[in-house]
Amino acid sequence: MKPYLREKAPAAFDEIPEFPSYEAGFLTTKNAGWRNFRPVIDTKKCNGCMQCYLYCPDGVISEKDGKAVIDYDFCKGCGICRKICKFNAIEMEAEI
Amino acid sequence: MSVLSKDEFFYGHKACAGCGGSLAVRIALKVLGERSIAVLPAGCMSAVGFNFPQLCFGNNAIISTFAGTASMLTGIRAGLKAKGIEDFHAVGFAGDGGTADIGLQALSGAIDRNDDILYICYDNEAYMNTGIQKSSLTPFGAKTTTTPAGKNIHGNMRPKKNMFEIAAAHGIPYAATASVGYINDFISKVKKASGIKGTKYIHVIAPCPTGWGISTDETVEIAKEAVDCGTWYLAEFENGEFRLNFRPKEFSDIGEYLKKQSRFRHLTDEDIKIIENSRNAKWEFIDNNFRK
Amino acid sequence: MARKFLSGNEAFAEGIRLARPEVISAYPITPQTIVVERLSEMVEDGSLKSEFIHVESEHSALSCAMGASAVGARAFTATSSQGLLYMAECLVYASGGRFPIVMMNANRSTALPWNIYGDQRDSLALLDSGWIQAYAENAQEALDLALMSYYIAENKNVSAPFMANLDGFVLTHTYEAVDVPEQDAADKFLPPFKTENKLDLSKPKNMAFSAGPASNYIFKYKEHLGLLNAAAVINEAEEKFCKIFGRKYSGLIEKYLTDDAEYILITLGSISGLVKDVADELREKGEKVGMIRIRYMRPFPNKEIAEAVKNAKAAAVLEKDISFGNEGTVFTNVNSALKKSGVNIPVSDHIGGLGGQDISRADIENIFENMKKGLSDVNFIGIGGDRP
Repeated sequence: MKPYLREKAPAAFDEIPEFPSYEAGFLTTKNAGWRNFRPVIDTKKCNGCMQCYLYCPDGVISEKDGKAVIDYDFCKGCGICRKICKFNAIEMEAEI
Repeated sequence: MSVLSKDEFFYGHKACAGCGGSLAVRIALKVLGERSIAVLPAGCMSAVGFNFPQLCFGNNAIISTFAGTASMLTGIRAGLKAKGIEDFHAVGFAGDGGTADIGLQALSGAIDRNDDILYICYDNEAYMNTGIQKSSLTPFGAKTTTTPAGKNIHGNMRPKKNMFEIAAAHGIPYAATASVGYINDFISKVKKASGIKGTKYIHVIAPCPTGWGISTDETVEIAKEAVDCGTWYLAEFENGEFRLNFRPKEFSDIGEYLKKQSRFRHLTDEDIKIIENSRNAKWEFIDNNFRK
Repeated sequence: MARKFLSGNEAFAEGIRLARPEVISAYPITPQTIVVERLSEMVEDGSLKSEFIHVESEHSALSCAMGASAVGARAFTATSSQGLLYMAECLVYASGGRFPIVMMNANRSTALPWNIYGDQRDSLALLDSGWIQAYAENAQEALDLALMSYYIAENKNVSAPFMANLDGFVLTHTYEAVDVPEQDAADKFLPPFKTENKLDLSKPKNMAFSAGPASNYIFKYKEHLGLLNAAAVINEAEEKFCKIFGRKYSGLIEKYLTDDAEYILITLGSISGLVKDVADELREKGEKVGMIRIRYMRPFPNKEIAEAVKNAKAAAVLEKDISFGNEGTVFTNVNSALKKSGVNIPVSDHIGGLGGQDISRADIENIFENMKKGLSDVNFIGIGGDRP
């Protein structure tokens, strides 16, 4: 489980809650647009040590079939994962 | 890594890329798990995590007043205790200003009452949310927007307040220092704190690329280097005793650590000597007073 | 029901005990201290089951109460004067967060110069902080307000914090015979606190968040509606209260001899006791005078006041506060109420009692006499001559 994108954001008067409290983990926008560079994982080099996952400030890296995968909706492209990776399995590629 | 929940509890937030504070919050919540109620005062992490309708905490979380992190945690603990609910973590995440300046009184009150809360200070060494102003945890020499570096004054001329020892001086059940550069040490300290009853205080160095003047991918290594060059240290206070967790075999070059950060780039050799001397004095104190 | 000889503070504490707050957090300040001393004694002797938190400041007192309320616990605090001002930030936070916390405020002058005696500048300075504001006349009403306050504040259409004001010393420290209800009757009146507006371990929430320009005004409007809704809930609470305890209250205002009155004095708090005496005396002399006691400054009794004075020749306000550089705050509110309802009679303002200044029978007689001049001016009791 993690906070996830919803289809619709409350906006109209009746949709705005009575109190400033609301369902936890309610996301309405992505962070993908922040990136100038995107980390790309070379699955041949990745051995699934998951150090990148551990140090990611945004928590966007998870493990799938023994390899790291990135949620590009929320990755900001900081590059910490590339520096952490001892196997040079992550490259930063310019966003077009 | 095995103690971490697979769940992400701090996700989709709007912190700057490479934010050390968000890493500390994310990891701590993955240690503490879903039965955590987080209190965050006005500051970076609340500003980036709670913009209705973008709500980035998967667990229960609430913003407190700037000064009120600890007192709100107290109320949460007391309110649920009155209802017979005690199996949860009341955890606070406050920055350096929210902890050592405006929130110190409330924190002191909570430690004094020994309220069953975990207070985590993510220290990025200035008021970053408002645009890098000096706090009492800004280190000597650092340039901030309120301690500009010029010909007459070379940035902040006061040393960093020692919050770890201030917390310890209360006779707190558990206090620790940590760094996001040594994340496993931080994880084990949060884990340990979560099993102790009473007030726990963890002070984690969490670099801010924007405020420190480093690139976004350098957060973790600069946090590690702070420990390796000896300006920060990893220690615990428990049962009335200080214990050092890690002593670098040889300190890495303090000048190199400083010059990597634009906030220190103006420092003269003399300034750096002052910082080095104060590091040496601190380590002499540690060697004399901390168990190894 | 037991009849006890209690001070205002003690009566309020008894009312709070009957309301079963789950968390009490308070910091001492004269003349509030006795209420929290009594509550801590009740916790000690087991007559009140509550988490009593010794906070290190008023700011933390209310911050702690908000934490408790945010997990659905009934919370109480008490303060006065500088303490109220020190927690001012938390006041707007509690109302914005829609936390139905109850706070007793012992009305006291604000520094400088230092002064511990009663006036109402402290609470009226915070009139716009989004709290329901009630002003008690006597110890019995103080106790009854304590019990009713949670009923009103916790109603889901209201969800607003409640400030019950007791005049410092004059009411907080003065002893009267008070009926103290039994616990089971109190429980019949006041149900346990239930709310959706809480952190819930089985249904996590993010609370007290930021809301930008796209929705902020809607939250604020809903907060405003909550306070407006309180007026009807106050009536509902008083009806139920009367059925169970037999004591009747009259909503946002209390009217005294106003039906045929030509001259009406509008005031609030404990001074109304003396005003009633003077009105009785003047009535005996054939003067058609009456009094309105404002029981609630928020929500403000706009229509009630206008309706009650519309047939009078003149009205006056007697208040223990001053909005420096303008006039008394109650006066401003009353004038606005009359203007909106098209009631066009002269209304004068009489500011007295600041820092505990004595307001005498003669002062009140003078105000009634002065009303006959048909002036709409601002007067300071004790400051004579041609001073503005």
